[in-house]
Amino acid sequence: MSDFTLSCPIPISDTPQIMLAHGGGGRLMNTLIRKMFISAFDNPLLAAAHDGAVFVSPGGRLAFTTDSYVVRPLFFPGGDIGALAVNGTVNDLAMCGARPIHLSAGFILEEGFSMETLWRVVLSMAQAARRAGIDIVTGDTKVVEHGKGDGIFINTAGLGAIAHDRRIGPASVKSGDVILLSGDLGRHGIAVLAARAELALESSVESDCAPLAAPVQALLDSGAEVHCLRDLTRGGLASAVIEVAETSRIDARLDERSIAVSDPVRSACELLGFDPLYVANEGRFAAWVAARDASRALAALQALPETRAAAIIGTMTGPGNGAVTIRGALGLERAIDMLSGEQLPRIC
Amino acid sequence: MKYIDEYRDPQVAREYAAALARVATRPWSIMEVCGGQTHAIVRFGIDQLLPQGITLAHGPGCPVCVTPLEVIDKAHEIARRPGVIFASFGDMLRVPGSRGDLLTAKAQGADVRIVLSPLDAVQLARDNPAREVVFLGVGFETTAPATALAIAAADRGNLRNFFMLVSHVLVPPAMEAILSSPNNTVQGFLAAGHVCAVMGWRDYEPLAKKYGVPIVVTGFEPLDILQGIYMCVKQLEEGRAEVENQYSRAVRREGNLPARELIGEIFRVVPRQWRGIGEIGASGLGLRERYARFDAELRFGVAGVRVEEPAECMSGLILQGVSKPQECPAFATRCTPERPLGATMVSSEGACAAYYRYRRAAAEVSR
Repeated sequence: MSDFTLSCPIPISDTPQIMLAHGGGGRLMNTLIRKMFISAFDNPLLAAAHDGAVFVSPGGRLAFTTDSYVVRPLFFPGGDIGALAVNGTVNDLAMCGARPIHLSAGFILEEGFSMETLWRVVLSMAQAARRAGIDIVTGDTKVVEHGKGDGIFINTAGLGAIAHDRRIGPASVKSGDVILLSGDLGRHGIAVLAARAELALESSVESDCAPLAAPVQALLDSGAEVHCLRDLTRGGLASAVIEVAETSRIDARLDERSIAVSDPVRSACELLGFDPLYVANEGRFAAWVAARDASRALAALQALPETRAAAIIGTMTGPGNGAVTIRGALGLERAIDMLSGEQLPRIC
Repeated sequence: MKYIDEYRDPQVAREYAAALARVATRPWSIMEVCGGQTHAIVRFGIDQLLPQGITLAHGPGCPVCVTPLEVIDKAHEIARRPGVIFASFGDMLRVPGSRGDLLTAKAQGADVRIVLSPLDAVQLARDNPAREVVFLGVGFETTAPATALAIAAADRGNLRNFFMLVSHVLVPPAMEAILSSPNNTVQGFLAAGHVCAVMGWRDYEPLAKKYGVPIVVTGFEPLDILQGIYMCVKQLEEGRAEVENQYSRAVRREGNLPARELIGEIFRVVPRQWRGIGEIGASGLGLRERYARFDAELRFGVAGVRVEEPAECMSGLILQGVSKPQECPAFATRCTPERPLGATMVSSEGACAAYYRYRRAAAEVSR
C-alpha cells in the first residue's frame, strides 16, 4: 500500500481543470489514469494497465452488481460521492450474501471540473475500498462538454464471492421470519438535504454511509438462517419491507417503537413533514432471519461497533398480499404503502 | 424527543379515550379543520380510539388541497417563461393543474426551486439580479406572516426582480361557508392551532355564537387532538357553544400581534376561489395596492386564466366534511397519488392521500 499524497498529483499549473482531452485517449488521459487513478487505487491488477483485469475465479457462485452515483452536493457531512460509489456497490454485493472482491469504476467528468476536487473524490474512493477490503481493478474515464454533465458521475460495478450455499432473497422469506434492523434510520437523506445550500436547513446530522460487508459476514458466520437482506437506500426501510413482502407474498408487521431514529433526524423530519421510514440510508440494512435464530443473529450484529444498535423490528406474519402494517406510537396499527415519489418538504 | 414524545404517550391517550367514552352519551360529528390534524389522526389511528358515535369530518384546512386549479396553471405558465426562477414550498410541486404540475414544468426545462421559507426566495432574487424570481405564496394564516415578511424585505431592499403569485386563504370564512351550507352535518370544530397562534381566536367567537357550535383551538400531536375532541364533546353534551383553547402552550386570544400587523400592512382581504368548493367572499388575502409591483399576476399578465375542475372529483364534498374519501367511486381506482383527479389526493395532508396511504392496505387485508 502506498502513502497517499494529500495534494493533487497533477499540478494545478499543468491542468487545474478537466479538459475534453482528459478523455481523448492521448497523453493527458494517460497522465490522469496513471498519476491519479492507478496511484490512488494502487493494486497489481489495475497497475497492469490493460484493457481489463484478468484474475482467477474464487470458485463457487459469484454475485455481480452495478450502480451509478449522482449526488448533489458532492461532499456532505459523513461522506461524499466517492465513498458512496464504493460503499453502495459493496453493500449491494453484501445483500446478496457475497464477500465483495473486485470493483470497477467508471467516471463521467464534465469539462471544467476541478482536478483538485476529483482528487479528493478519488482519495475517498481509495479509502472506502481499503476499509471494505476490496480492490478497484479496472475503470473508464469519459469527459463530456461543459454544461452536459453535473461535474462528476461515477458508475461502479462489483464482483463478490459466495462461500455458502444459502439462497438469500425475497423468495426465501418465510412466514414467522423476524426482521432485524442494523441501526438507526434516516441519517443519509437528512444529511444530504441539509447540505444542499438552497434548502436553508440547519442540522448536525452526518450520513451513515458505510460498508456493510463485515456485519453481513458476522450474521452469516453466526450460523443463523438468513433468508433475505436489503440495504435501505432510496425509499428507506418502508419501501424495502414492502418490496420484500410483495415479492414473497407474505404480510409483514413492524413495531415503530423498536425502530431507532436519532433526535436530530426526528426533528428535521418533523420540520419537513417527512416520515423517517421512507428517508434514505447508506449504511443500514434489514435482515430476514428464521425466528428460532433471532437472538443469535441479533447478538452477532450487536457485537460489532457499526451495528451495536441493531434491533428486532417486526415479523412476517403469514401468507397474504404482501401487506405491511406498523404498530405506531400509540400502540395502534396502520397500513404502510410505497410513496409515489420523493418526499417533498411541506408548507406548514 | 422533547415536546413530542410527551404528547404521544399511549397510556395517557387511552385515559383520554376512556374519559371521552364517559362524557359522550350521544353521537356527535366533529370537524378538524387542519390537514395536519387529519394526517395525525389517520397516522396515529386516533379515530380508532374514539367511542362509537363520535365521528371526525376532515376539514378544508390543507393549503395544497384548496389552492385552485387556475393558480397552478398560472404558476405553470410563469415558471415556463425564459429567465424566471420559480420558487415554491415543496409539496406544491406535485399538485396537478390542467396542464400538469410544476415538477413536469421543471422536467421540461423550467427553473423550479424548492424553498423552506419565502425569505429564501427573496435571497434568490438578491443572488440572481438578472433573473426574475417568483414565489408561490399560498397557505392559510399560518404562512401569511412569512410571505408578508418576504414582501416587506423585497420592498425594503428595493428589489425589482422579486414577485409573488399570491393565493392566501383564511380559515373563518371557510368554516362559515360549511356551517351555512344546507348539507352541513358538523356540530363542533377543532380549530387549527397554528392558524390561531398567528391570528388568535376572536374571529371564531361570533361563529360559535351565531351557529351554536363549540370551537376548540387544538394542537397537532395525538394527545392535543384527543384533548381537543374531549373538550368539544363535553361542550356539546353540556349544551355550550364557546371558543375554548386546548393549545394553550402556543395560542393566546389576541394571537401574535406583530405578525397580524404585518399581514394587515401587506395584504388586504379579497374574495378567493377554493378548489373543489368555489368562490367564498372575503376568504383570501391579496397584495395591497402599494405592493402591486410585486404581484406576479400583473407582471406576467396571467390574471385572466380560468380553468374548470374535473367533473368526477368530489374533493369539494370531502373538504366540507360531507363525504369520506372511500365513498368516492374514483378513490384508489381512477384517482391515486400517481394520477390524482383532485388536490385532496395530491397533498400529503389531503384527506384522500391520508386514507390512501394509511387505510387502503388495511381495507384490502380485511376484505
